[in-house]
Amino acid sequence: MRMSKIVRTGANLLYPFILIFGLYVIMHGHLTPGGGFQGGAVVATAAALVIVAYSYDEVTGMLKKTAMKARESIGLLLFIGAGIAALAVGAPFFYNFLANSGLLFGMSVPAGPNPGDLNTAGVIPIMNIAVGIEVWGGLAVILLYMLSGIRKEES
Amino acid sequence: MIDLVIHALVIAGLVASALMVFHFRDLLAAALAAGFFSFLISLEFYILQAPDVAISQAAIGAGLTTAIFIIAIRATTRYEGGQP
Repeated sequence: MRMSKIVRTGANLLYPFILIFGLYVIMHGHLTPGGGFQGGAVVATAAALVIVAYSYDEVTGMLKKTAMKARESIGLLLFIGAGIAALAVGAPFFYNFLANSGLLFGMSVPAGPNPGDLNTAGVIPIMNIAVGIEVWGGLAVILLYMLSGIRKEES
Repeated sequence: MIDLVIHALVIAGLVASALMVFHFRDLLAAALAAGFFSFLISLEFYILQAPDVAISQAAIGAGLTTAIFIIAIRATTRYEGGQP
């Protein structure tokens, strides 16, 4: 069953916007509702839209299975690296050593009602980014393997 | 009062979309009705002030599960055959 031209054009149009919205949810995970898992699931929905609209041979040109596996591994390594880095500075495992330090994501939270500063919260945004990349790769790999099972029946 | 009306409308929509999933013989339409069911559940989560769960439900339930159903329907036939 081949999808119509309307579905394919709509997928092409919507793909970058859903991608940007998911990355926004990941990046603002410590300020607004959402976080690494939710944003990663939204980004994987963008991949799912392309996977549903095209056949397997067309999809492999846009979404590489090895790239998605690499994303999953890089996300896990970044998450555990953020935990090990706290050990390296002499603090307990997963200690938030970047908060209020003035380094990356290290500003202090201003007092009183405020719209929220992106450059706060220390290790938490890094872990959100790691979980987002990992969920993106994992869910896209599930969908790609699902689609590769029906490659032969495509006519 | 207005909250009760909105809750009643969402729950009535949930029951209606669940009955539609049961009723349709076109499997693509049934999968889309299941996606609409998930969307209404995420709306209900948002009304109950759980926006985190609402985003998860909208992405996983309405997006990815519907995509997996559609991929499975592409591998088989579109219409359900035979009367029970």
